[in-house]
Amino acid sequence: MMFLRVAWLVMRKDLTVEVRSREVLYTTAFFAVSCVLVFAFALVREGRPLEDAAAGILWIAIAFAGTLALGRTFERERHAETLRALMLAPASRPAIYVGKLLGILALLAAVEVVLVPLVGLLFHAAFLSRPVLMIALLVTGTGGFAAVGTLFAAMLVRARSRDVLLPVLLYPITIPVIIAGVRGTAALLQPVPDAEVARMWIALLAFFDIVFVTLSLWTFEPLMTE
Amino acid sequence: MTFDFDQVAVRDVSRHYGRRRALSHITFTCRAGEILGLLGPNGAGKSTLLSILATLLTPSAGEIRYGDRTANEAGPLLRARLGLLAHDLHLYPELTARENLEFFARLHGVADARARAAEGLERAGLASRANDIVTGFSRGMRQRLALERALLHDPRLLLLDEPFTGLDDASAAALVTRLRELRAERRLVVAATHDLDVADGLLDRAAVLRDGRLIAIDEGHGPLRERYRAHIARGALPGAQSLEPRAESPEPR
Amino acid sequence: MRKSFVPVLVVAAAMFACAPVLIVGAPYEATMGLVQKIFYFHVPSAMVMFLSAFVCGIASAFYLFGRKAASDRLATAAGELTVVFGLIVLVTGPLWARKAWGVWWQWDARLTSALLLWMIFVAYLLVRKYGGPGSDKLAAAMALFGMANVPFVYVSVNIWRTIHPKTTVVPSLAPGMRGPFWFSVAAFLLLYAVMLASRVRLERQRAAVEELYLEAEEE
Repeated sequence: MMFLRVAWLVMRKDLTVEVRSREVLYTTAFFAVSCVLVFAFALVREGRPLEDAAAGILWIAIAFAGTLALGRTFERERHAETLRALMLAPASRPAIYVGKLLGILALLAAVEVVLVPLVGLLFHAAFLSRPVLMIALLVTGTGGFAAVGTLFAAMLVRARSRDVLLPVLLYPITIPVIIAGVRGTAALLQPVPDAEVARMWIALLAFFDIVFVTLSLWTFEPLMTE
Repeated sequence: MTFDFDQVAVRDVSRHYGRRRALSHITFTCRAGEILGLLGPNGAGKSTLLSILATLLTPSAGEIRYGDRTANEAGPLLRARLGLLAHDLHLYPELTARENLEFFARLHGVADARARAAEGLERAGLASRANDIVTGFSRGMRQRLALERALLHDPRLLLLDEPFTGLDDASAAALVTRLRELRAERRLVVAATHDLDVADGLLDRAAVLRDGRLIAIDEGHGPLRERYRAHIARGALPGAQSLEPRAESPEPR
Repeated sequence: MRKSFVPVLVVAAAMFACAPVLIVGAPYEATMGLVQKIFYFHVPSAMVMFLSAFVCGIASAFYLFGRKAASDRLATAAGELTVVFGLIVLVTGPLWARKAWGVWWQWDARLTSALLLWMIFVAYLLVRKYGGPGSDKLAAAMALFGMANVPFVYVSVNIWRTIHPKTTVVPSLAPGMRGPFWFSVAAFLLLYAVMLASRVRLERQRAAVEELYLEAEEE
């Protein structure tokens, strides 16, 4: 299928570029870790970090790191105006969107591989007590965040004040993702993990993903053409 | 199924950004087997016009017909027949020359992308540097690579934005030869340029723009620089006539 | 200006003039007393805010896919009014809550969705103002996504909060209150229609001025 081929091509190109320089990966991962430390020191009770805050801190770090990664990735495209070259191709525009989305997801997955164990360690949070559910939560949550983020970052490439506008636009829309992610993670972190509740949040996130990926596919072309 | 055309007709195209007019009632026709120049001072609207021809911008008014169809009607099939060599070159600096060409070849759905990319590298004279990252290339090398990238998918219309900038004499001469080859292949070439000395002898016709208006279509003889200056001077007078393009264009030389 | 504009404006003004009389005449609510009367302003404002958000979202969708400038003008006007009426809701709400239930804010589904919707449309205005060229389409996307987002926010906050006990109880309407309430709703809706019409007209005139500038430059 032409669509999948184009998406795969774009994703592979993005990953090749990233693997060569590893700039966005390293800086984003480091930023995420710094974020976690800031929160650890900011949310303190009786001189020790708040352990119940692990779920919230994890997802905030993902949100902040995600915004940074999105901004940097598209800044690269802007620099050589290569996004224009992609738009010039006869390829289906939504396919380009999917390719970029998959690239961002891969990048964020790499960051989360570092982030989740780290937060678990620092806050004594048993993230891996129910690994399948935890991973499902991370995938659907990060997916929803990235779906909307990729669209917004792409459309902001040619806008003024793009650095500050990305979070301004992205955070209100992704609040449901944060709520679901944090509550689902918190359910899994309880002494007896509440799989039922976690599954419910995963379902909500999956639904969010479907709706917003569809909306993004639909609006990508009109938004990218001047 | 491919889409082909042998002329591009620009009809009364205007483009404005809020209050600022970037282009105003541009009308001309470009035919296969000719090299049409876009001349004019900075800010005249040459890049804007090229972007519109490349379907990257939509005009605020007017239309462009490629053959008998507009960009909207032809859709992605049209984009498969367009090639753009823009000022920014559109190359991924972190990829090698070969990877750049192969990526764009595959993206355009070119059959046997690897072979076409290799051919492109040969013609750009970069076969020996095929596996080097583009960041290390000089402007001239990048330009040659970008030109081959624009030609990978066998476009009918080639658009060039300031292609001679930053090129030394040898590279410029090579580019001129390449463009003449393309003309002989009955492609349409539209080049915006400042470099009147190089353009002299290369261009069949030149559309002169100033402040977004088309002030002349030049097909004359004699040094281009002088004719250009005359057009600009005449165009600056209030109430200057803008020459209508002649219905038939001369045979390509 | 449409012929109906002035009469509607007059009616809306008259309704607002009468409203206090009706509100004073309405029965006192059992537990909250006088403070509860703010609800005659708070609830209609909330209704108008959601209506306006909806109008903006739909107009934005039309603009993105239809490219008609008129849709964009309507979207701008509706976006601004969403923020204005949202501000009324977010100010009157806490004032009422503080007196009635002792807290300024509650993280329940309704309040949170309202706050978030308001923030989305503030972001809409920020994009329009600071986004540079092409910001009209960016803002349209924001409005569309924002509108699609509201049900998710409502549902997720609802589920979140049912795990914790609810502490607020919204009163059901006593018979004597219905009259003044629906009168207030009608007054607010008319006010909204009037404000929307004027704002759209302002945009239309602005566009006409831009056209004139463009034509003037022709010479």
